[in-house]
Amino acid sequence: MADRTTNAAEVAEADKGYWAANVRIILVSLVIWAVVSFGFGILLRPLLSGITVGGTDLGFWFAQQGSILVFLGLIFFYAFRMNKLDREYGVEEE
Amino acid sequence: MDQFTINLLFVGASFALYIGIAIWARAGSTSEFYAAGRGVHPVTNGMATAADWMSAASFISMAGLIAFTGYDNSTFLMGWTGGYVLLALLLAPYLRKFGKFTVSEFIGDRFYSPTARVVAVICLIVASTTYVIGQMTGVGVAFGRFLEVSNTAGLLIGACVVFAYAVFGGMKGVTYTQVAQYCVLIMAYTIPAIFISLQLTGNPVPALGLFGDHAASGEPLLAKLDAIVTELGFKEYTAHHSDTFNMVLFTLSLMIGTAGLPHVIMRFFTVPKVADARWSAGWALVFIALLYLTAPAVGAMARLNITEMMWPNGGIEGGAVTVEQIENDPKYDWMATWQKTGLLAWEDKNGDGAIQYYNDKSAELQETAAANGWAGNELTKFNRDILVLANPEIANLPGWVIGLVAAGGLAAALSTAAGLLLAISSAVSHDLIKGSINPNISEKGELLSARIAMAVAIAVATYLGLNPPGFAAQTVALAFGLAAASIFPALMMGIFTKVNNKGAVAGMVAGLVVTLIYIFLHKGWLFIPGTNSFTDADPLLGTIKSTSFGAIGAMVNFAVAFAVSKSSAAIPAEIEELVESVRIPRGAGAAQDH
Repeated sequence: MADRTTNAAEVAEADKGYWAANVRIILVSLVIWAVVSFGFGILLRPLLSGITVGGTDLGFWFAQQGSILVFLGLIFFYAFRMNKLDREYGVEEE
Repeated sequence: MDQFTINLLFVGASFALYIGIAIWARAGSTSEFYAAGRGVHPVTNGMATAADWMSAASFISMAGLIAFTGYDNSTFLMGWTGGYVLLALLLAPYLRKFGKFTVSEFIGDRFYSPTARVVAVICLIVASTTYVIGQMTGVGVAFGRFLEVSNTAGLLIGACVVFAYAVFGGMKGVTYTQVAQYCVLIMAYTIPAIFISLQLTGNPVPALGLFGDHAASGEPLLAKLDAIVTELGFKEYTAHHSDTFNMVLFTLSLMIGTAGLPHVIMRFFTVPKVADARWSAGWALVFIALLYLTAPAVGAMARLNITEMMWPNGGIEGGAVTVEQIENDPKYDWMATWQKTGLLAWEDKNGDGAIQYYNDKSAELQETAAANGWAGNELTKFNRDILVLANPEIANLPGWVIGLVAAGGLAAALSTAAGLLLAISSAVSHDLIKGSINPNISEKGELLSARIAMAVAIAVATYLGLNPPGFAAQTVALAFGLAAASIFPALMMGIFTKVNNKGAVAGMVAGLVVTLIYIFLHKGWLFIPGTNSFTDADPLLGTIKSTSFGAIGAMVNFAVAFAVSKSSAAIPAEIEELVESVRIPRGAGAAQDH
């Protein structure tokens, strides 16, 4: 009986660690998500105006192409990283 | 063979293909029909999600809005793709773990409240109906052109086809039909773009051609475009002119709305595993990005082509296109065809036999206009929603490309409109009537109420589509605002916080109501023209347009939910367990119907 309670407590502890790690990965990803779209694409565009890309500046490229490519990268990175995390904590599905 | 016959052939063949696949797949297995996506590979599921989600707004309308505004409308590009990041990171895996079929079921269970479920259903119906209005606008444009009738006649015929298509049933539920629709749609969008990119820049990839050099002048394409539009008094294409704060809010509304639209979220409930839910969102965005990376190139290149067509002899100095040329030169046939829809019009105001296209509101152009005897802009009407459909004709592409684009536009509009109508009707009959009003309703009664709900929704959408609150993509943006303000916050709080039932209900009601009121104040009550007290040119709150209010509505939703939840009882232990279990992939079974 004592064994089982320790086990349950351990599992609960591990689950907490798993969730904290997940939230950390989400936060980092969302910072990148916001920086490329709202940042480079809109608010920080004046800062990037010196960098020329095909007749306009880097901010325009981020707004119409770059942000979409980064979004793609982020989702695949998240899927890859989380599937690895699932295995590290042993919470993946069979 | 004339163009009309070619269009008919392409549209007919694409419809035959969808129906054929639907019949073949349905005969294969019935369970597949109910659980579209289960046991389907994430790549296939991604393709089907892309078809489901990309509608008349993406296909017909968006590039036109970018073409005539330039950089400022990049909001649509970032907003409608960035939402998938939120969906993949914040919702999809957990909703899959939860393992039910609809969004309102999740909200009802997580917030242990039938009221929450009913409120969620109402939010869903309001957002989806607004979305259908936008689709009907697009359907009207597409049918008007392709049957060569007026926009209104096109809309009415289109409404009948959409209704038949939706009643015909599970067609939309069959994943492989949607895969076929995606293929038609993406070919129809990219093939003309590749042709035009080759003509203008020599680069076969439109997304690269956009930042490449204009072959005829040797200058960068965008620099050339900036030069020729500013010569005519229009705003510089690549520069930022709109209000920055509103631009950020609008983009955010579209992003949150994407992650709050029930017909998209539903697709992630039924993938085989939690890991697949994560991958599926990525694959969906891959297939969506193929169109979204091409759209800005389509917009910029079409703007260049149209402007050069109106000034065929090298800008103002060479003189405008003559009326005689428009009437007789086959290069200008598209203008006569589109004139029939009433969405394109020109008028030789000063009677000089030429059509001057310029910005007559520009102060700098007044002198030039006076010196040349111009009496105002003579290309009097160019509806933004016709640009993508007219684009291949403007670029003089072969007839089969034009037919393909007609089929693609209809695929985009019909698949999404039918999908939304099914979502609305099942919400009314299944969640609302069977779920709460009359649980003992017979199966026949349920089916009948579903059909009635569908008919009412399409009648409302068609009526409002005749006088739409905006171009297709703008109306759809309003729907995204409503979804952003109501559904997304409830789902996110359900997973990431321990907000209770009262908080969730109060939050959803507050978010939906403020957003709806703000939209109606600007667009007219129930979108009836003339009943608005403000306009988006001069909005009620600072620079916040009604299309951007969804992000504010979402914040109101979060704030009210937290405040109410704090001041009432904590969630029961079994709900706390449910929240914990949703967060961990372990032990997720197959999705279950209740």
